Amino acid sequence: MSVAGSPPTLAVWKFASCDGCQLSLLDCEEELLSLAGAVRIAHFTEMSRAHVSGPYDVSLVEGSITTADDAARILEVRASSRWLVTIGACATAGGIQALRNFAASGEYVRAVYAHPEYVRSLDTSTAISDHVEVDYELHGCPIDRHQLLEVLTAFLAGRRPVVRGYTVCQECKGRGTVCLMVARGTPCLGPVTRSGCGALCPSIDRGCFGCFGPAATANTASLAAQIRAGGASEIEVSRLFRTFNAEAPAFRRESVAHGPSVPVTLTRSRPTGADGPPR
Amino acid sequence: MTHGSRSARTIGVEGLARVEGEGSLRVDVADGKVTGVSLEIFEPPRYFEALLVGRHFTEAPDITARICGICPVAYQMSACAAMEAACGVEVDEGIAALRRLLYCGEWIQSHALHVYLLHAPDFLGCADAVELAERDRRSVERGLMLKRAGNLVMETVGGRAVHPVNVRVGGFYRAPDAAAVAGLAEPLRRAREAALATVEWVSGFEFPDVSADYRFVALRDRGRYPVERGRPGSSDGLDVTPSELADLVVEEHVERSTALHARLDGRDPYLTGPLARYALNARELPPLASEAASRAGLGSVCTNPFRSIVVRAVELVFACDEALSLVEGYRRPDRPAVPVTPRAGSGTGATEAPRGLLFHRYEIDDEGTILHARIVPPTSQNQLTIEADLRRVAEASLALDDHELQWRCEQAVRNHDPCISCAAHFLDVTVRRA
Repeated sequence: MSVAGSPPTLAVWKFASCDGCQLSLLDCEEELLSLAGAVRIAHFTEMSRAHVSGPYDVSLVEGSITTADDAARILEVRASSRWLVTIGACATAGGIQALRNFAASGEYVRAVYAHPEYVRSLDTSTAISDHVEVDYELHGCPIDRHQLLEVLTAFLAGRRPVVRGYTVCQECKGRGTVCLMVARGTPCLGPVTRSGCGALCPSIDRGCFGCFGPAATANTASLAAQIRAGGASEIEVSRLFRTFNAEAPAFRRESVAHGPSVPVTLTRSRPTGADGPPR
Repeated sequence: MTHGSRSARTIGVEGLARVEGEGSLRVDVADGKVTGVSLEIFEPPRYFEALLVGRHFTEAPDITARICGICPVAYQMSACAAMEAACGVEVDEGIAALRRLLYCGEWIQSHALHVYLLHAPDFLGCADAVELAERDRRSVERGLMLKRAGNLVMETVGGRAVHPVNVRVGGFYRAPDAAAVAGLAEPLRRAREAALATVEWVSGFEFPDVSADYRFVALRDRGRYPVERGRPGSSDGLDVTPSELADLVVEEHVERSTALHARLDGRDPYLTGPLARYALNARELPPLASEAASRAGLGSVCTNPFRSIVVRAVELVFACDEALSLVEGYRRPDRPAVPVTPRAGSGTGATEAPRGLLFHRYEIDDEGTILHARIVPPTSQNQLTIEADLRRVAEASLALDDHELQWRCEQAVRNHDPCISCAAHFLDVTVRRA
């Protein structure tokens, strides 16, 4: 898929994110050196001082768009990439930093900074696909490194990746884990969350909290009603849907349907003194 | 990129490589003197301290983990400690031991990443670890094996290596089975051997002759090397509680800077991280680690920032050895977590992230809703000191040609393993992209 005789080039780009998804690439400890032999790592700042100019065969994009400069930079990345693959909840849905999208304009910056006028950032955090055409989205907070290897292998071989899309609930059944919602009434997003983690949380007695975002067929309203019937309050249901994939449409809709109508108050005054109750 | 004559020149690196997150550095030289240095951050702010307000106190560990994919456990542990302090709860010893084991896994993973993939290539003149592997594949494979061992600990105790799912305020969702924990012993024994070999390997590197009179700040933990808890102290006599430390640390938001600069008690910059932990706690290292430190020629204090790679390697020996002791002494706790009932008040949690002291302070109400959050990561505490280092190193290296000087300056920053993703969530950002 690249110029005959030279290995395909791979570039890794970072936008607003925690670095955890690109770390997943370095976490492929057993495959890393073979991967480096099969492709030319042309741009990967976290790993190398070396930089090769584009165009690139495959670009992995981590992070969301939160500044005007980044909105311009992603256009350049798109233009220099044959295939553009977004990795992780920030890149595919805006990430946890998209909680600002639910606040009043400018409120977050005023709460955190003494001088908001020094700070240049947008009022929203948005997915890469809101800005450019994306060839493939790999979900998760963080992504699963085995899925990442499959996606890379597929693109480098010129075929579609085989990443099956079903729900955490089905993964759980596959593992034979007892259903937490049925057996204990624990709120769980498993029925509406995309598979990929291997149903990790239910296997340790914890309800799914939606790291991989909504599955294609998510009936969030029905699940929310079930969780409410189990005794959870409106705000608890809203919080459950409003985390790392808060801007994914199905989750956004559900968190807004149960969300607080009055936004919380943010102040810059800081608590001081000893820990514990106020004296 | 560099430009200018020998007497007046500017060293600028726009996309600083092999650090976590996005930053740049700039050094201005005029008449053979360094006239200005800055480490700039163009990582966009993510406003964690604002988005936490209104969330439930039990959500802080998972939400703050997303500040940094390299050291999520550090965020989870500091958040848990802060919430437990606010609610007046102490966890059982068995839970505390399991937390220490999980945290050792993160130290191993993070230090192996920094030593082998981010830092060592500088000393051997390689652009990255892939180039290094072409020359010395065995060393790089040893590093990757060490990193794998750290990830295994995190997966076994925490559920996964990046953003573990098993941590909760009060303890864990499920304590791992004894058999699963026992399965870590063999990989950790091999990792400990690899860590000893790492100390030997890095202590043979050539180090520029630079040193600084650092003001070190780290936790101290009653006769143990500090990891998941302790009392903040300094090399000049500070000895306070975490909440007193939070009151003493003042962050300034100044226009010329890209960061909220932390100062302690309104005084000079200070340094947290491996050099500080070692300076304040070297005597607490287990024999295997302290003997390795002696063989590597480290005294009781190391003030050459380039030799931080040796201290990190010694801490790798410590973390592997400590994790192995915890694995061998593991008994599944009677309960995975202690109940934590929210009450109105505030709480501070301070732990030792791989890169240094990380503290959180929260105020919550009776229902456990977060009213205020403050998070102070090591990189923002270190930033003024990193800039001072950059100046010192540049001044001592002016005889180098531009290419060499640029690389040396980059190294001066990488010495401290800055995590810009961590620092940037509350940084003022001035975008300076070439």
